[in-house]
Amino acid sequence: MKLSRKIEEKVFKVLMVITTYSILAILAIIIYSIFAKGIKALSWEILTQVPKGGYYYGKGGGILNAILGSLSLAFGATLLAFIVGLPVALYINVFLVRRKKLITLIRFILDLVWGIPSIVYVAFGFSMMILLGLQTSLLAGMLTVTLFILPIMIRSMDEILRTVPIGLSEAAYSLGSNKSELAFKIFTRQTISGIITAILLSFGRAIGDAASVLFTAGYTDNLPNSLMEPVATLPLSIFFQLSSPVPAVQDRAYASALVLTLIILLVSLFSRGLGKRYHKTKVNF
Amino acid sequence: MYLLNRSQRHRVNYTWMIVSLLLVASLPFLLFLGLYLKSFLLIHDYHLGDLLFSRVWKPGSGKFGFYPFIVGSIWVTLMAMLISAPICLLTAIYVTQYTRKRFLRIMHPAIDILAGIPSVVYGVWGILVIVPFISRFVGPLFGVQTLGYSILAAALVLSIMIIPFILNILIEVFRTIPVELKEASLSLGATQWETVKSVLVKKALPGIIAAFGFGLARAFGETMAVLMVVGNVVKLPKSVFDPGYTLPALIANNYGEMLSIPKYESALMFAALILLAVSLFFNLVMHFFIDRYNKFSA
Amino acid sequence: MEMEPTNKIHIENLNVYAGKQQILKDINIDIPKNKITVIMGPSGCGKTTLLKCMNRLTDLYPELKVTGKVMINDKNVLEAEEDIVKLRQYMGLLSQRPYPLPMTIYNNIAFGLKLKGVKKRRELNKQVVRYLQQANLWDEVKNRLREPASRLSIGQQQRLCLARGLAVNPEIILADEPTSALDPISSQYIEEKFVELKNNYTIVLVTHILRQARRIADYVVFMYLGEVIEQGTVEEVFGNPRMEKTKQYLGGTFN
Repeated sequence: MKLSRKIEEKVFKVLMVITTYSILAILAIIIYSIFAKGIKALSWEILTQVPKGGYYYGKGGGILNAILGSLSLAFGATLLAFIVGLPVALYINVFLVRRKKLITLIRFILDLVWGIPSIVYVAFGFSMMILLGLQTSLLAGMLTVTLFILPIMIRSMDEILRTVPIGLSEAAYSLGSNKSELAFKIFTRQTISGIITAILLSFGRAIGDAASVLFTAGYTDNLPNSLMEPVATLPLSIFFQLSSPVPAVQDRAYASALVLTLIILLVSLFSRGLGKRYHKTKVNF
Repeated sequence: MYLLNRSQRHRVNYTWMIVSLLLVASLPFLLFLGLYLKSFLLIHDYHLGDLLFSRVWKPGSGKFGFYPFIVGSIWVTLMAMLISAPICLLTAIYVTQYTRKRFLRIMHPAIDILAGIPSVVYGVWGILVIVPFISRFVGPLFGVQTLGYSILAAALVLSIMIIPFILNILIEVFRTIPVELKEASLSLGATQWETVKSVLVKKALPGIIAAFGFGLARAFGETMAVLMVVGNVVKLPKSVFDPGYTLPALIANNYGEMLSIPKYESALMFAALILLAVSLFFNLVMHFFIDRYNKFSA
Repeated sequence: MEMEPTNKIHIENLNVYAGKQQILKDINIDIPKNKITVIMGPSGCGKTTLLKCMNRLTDLYPELKVTGKVMINDKNVLEAEEDIVKLRQYMGLLSQRPYPLPMTIYNNIAFGLKLKGVKKRRELNKQVVRYLQQANLWDEVKNRLREPASRLSIGQQQRLCLARGLAVNPEIILADEPTSALDPISSQYIEEKFVELKNNYTIVLVTHILRQARRIADYVVFMYLGEVIEQGTVEEVFGNPRMEKTKQYLGGTFN
C-alpha cells in the first residue's frame, strides 16, 4: 500500500483519538473545577438560610431562597408542560394515526419551535406579562419556562410513543377499547419509563435555564411564598453573587453553581433509575 | 373522572387533547406576531436597513444600530462552530467506526452530562478557567493584551456547550449507515479511513449538515454563558481578543432600562425578533436536510 | 353452491388498495356460524389484510383504502361510525405474536371486563379465574396474578391473549397465524382449544400451514394474489379441488 495512504490513515486516527479523549478530558476538567472551587465554600449555612442583609457584600446567609425558588418554579413549569404536552403527544400517536399529512405538519411545527432560544420566549413572556398586568412573579416565570420546555417535553414523549407496536393497538381495539382508553391507559403504561425520562429531562432544562427567568420571575431574598410575588432562582443567584466585588461572595457563587449542577446531575441519575423501576410492566416486543 | 362513564370520559380527554394541540401549534405564530407587534414602533420609524447595518448604538439619543450585536453574534457563533464541528465529526467517526460498542456506553453518559450542565454554570466555569487562560497564555502568545473577556472566550465556551448536541446527532447518523456499505468498500481494498472519507461521509452528508445546523442554531441563541464571558462592550470587535456583544446578551443585559427610554423596549423586542427569525429559518432549512437524508437512506 | 348453514359474516365486493397497488380484489365470501373457517394461501396473498378488514383494523394503516361491504349481524362494519368500538368487541383477535397489555396478568383480563361494565371486585375475580381456566392457563399463573404479563413465556402469553379475548364475549374469533411463533406443544394446545371453542364461537383462522388447515378446518377459503380462488368445505377443497391453482398449492408444486 502506498506510503501516503498509510500516513494519512495514521494521522487521522491519531487526530480522532485526540478529539475523543479531549472531550472526555474537558468534561472532567469542568466537573473538577466546579467541584474544587465550589466545595471549598459550601457550608450548611449556605444551604439552609436565606440571604441576610448585605449578603452580596459578604455578610451572612445562604441561598435557600434560590434553591427553593428554582425548585418550585421548575416543578410548576414541568407540571404545566406535562399537562399540555402529554395529550398532544398521545393525540398525534393514537388519534391521528390515519392522517399522515397532518401528523407530518404537526411534527414539523414542533420541530420549528424546538430550537427557539429561551431568550425569545422571555421577550415574548415579558410582553405578555405587561399585557396581562402581571408583575414579575413566580407565576410569570413559571408560564414562560413552561413555553420554553413544552417543545422538549412533547418531542421526547413523541419519540417514545412512536415505538409502540401497532399490534398492541390492534389488540386493545379488538377488546373494545376506544381511542382515549388506548391512549391514556395503554400507551402511557407501555412507555412509562420514556415518559418519566421526558419529564425529568424537561425539569432539568427548566431549572437550569437562566434567560427565561430574567425578566419574568424577578428576584428576591425571600423564600417563595406566593405565586404572585417575585421569586429567586439559582442561576440568577449565581450570577449576582459572581458580580459582587467581594471574593468571599464570589466563592459562594461557585458553591451555588456546584449546588445547581448537583441537583441536575441527581435528576438525570434519578430519571435513569426511576425509568428502570417502572419498566417491569412494559412488554418488550 | 371516575364518576363519568366511558363516552363522557372520552369526550373530556378529547377536548383536553384538542385544546392543548391548538395551543402548541399556534406557538410559533403567536411568538412571531407578538414580537412583531412589539417592535412595530421601531420598525415603523426607522429604515430596516439602518437598523441592521448602522453601527451607532445610543438609545438615549434615539440611535439604534444593531450591527455590532449582529456581528458579535455571528463571530461568536461561527468561531464556536469552527472549533466544535470538526472535533465532533472526528469523534463521532471514531466512536462509531473504530471502537467497541462498550465505548459508546461511556460516551453517552458523558455527553448527557455535558448537555445537562446549565448555561450559567458554563459561564461560571468560563470565568474561572477560560478567561484567565486567554488573558495569561493565549493573548501573550499572540502578542495581544487582553482582559480575557472576549469573543474568543465566548467562542471557546460555546463550542463546548454545543458539542453534546452535534455529537449526539452525528453518532445517530453514523450508526444508521448499513454495515454492508462499509463491508463493500473494505472488500474493494480501501482502508478504514478511506472508507470513512469517501463512502460513509458522503452517505451521511445531509445528516452531518443537519447536525451542524442544529449546533449553529443553538449557539446563536445562547444567552447566559456568552453574556458572562464576552465582555459586553458595544463596539465592533476587530480581533477575537476584543470584547464584543451578542444579540441575546443585549436583551438580557438591558431589560432594566427598557422601560425608561422610549423605543428601547421595541428595540429589544426587535432583537428578539431577529433571533426568532434566524432560528426559525435555520430550523426550516435543517428540516429539509433531514428530510432529504431520511428519503436518501430509507 | 349447496345449502349453507346460517352465515355469521357476509363479505361482498371487498376491495383493498394500498396506493396504486390492489391488495384484495373483489372478495365475496361467507363465513359460516360456529364453524372453523380457514383462510389459506401463500404469503403475500392478502389473507391477513382480509382478516383485518373484518374488524376494521385497517383503520390503523393510513395507506389502505377499503371499499365494499362486510356485514356482521346486519351491520356493515366498514361504514359503522360510533358503534365501531362495540362492533370490534364482537370479534376477538389473536395475532401472530402475542401482544399482552402492559399490565399484570390479572389486569390483562380485567381490562376487557371493565370495558364491558363489570365493576365489582368479586365479579371481576370470578371471571378472571373463569377465562384463565378456559384458556388452560389458570394452573400456571394462579399464584402470579399480580406479576407483569411480560414475564410469561410466549406460549403462555398467547394463551393469555386468548383468555383476554374470550373475556369480552365475542361471537367471532379472528386468528392470524396464531401458532406460527409457538413451539409444537403450545401450537397443538391452541389448535385443540379452537376445536373446543367452535361450538360457541365462529372462528376465522388464517394460516399457511396446510396440515393445520386439514386438521381443524370445517370450511376453507383459498386465496392467491388478492383473489379468492376457491372456497368450500374442507372435504371439497382438500379432497376434490376444482381450480388448478388450488391443486398446485395443495400438492406443493406451486411456482
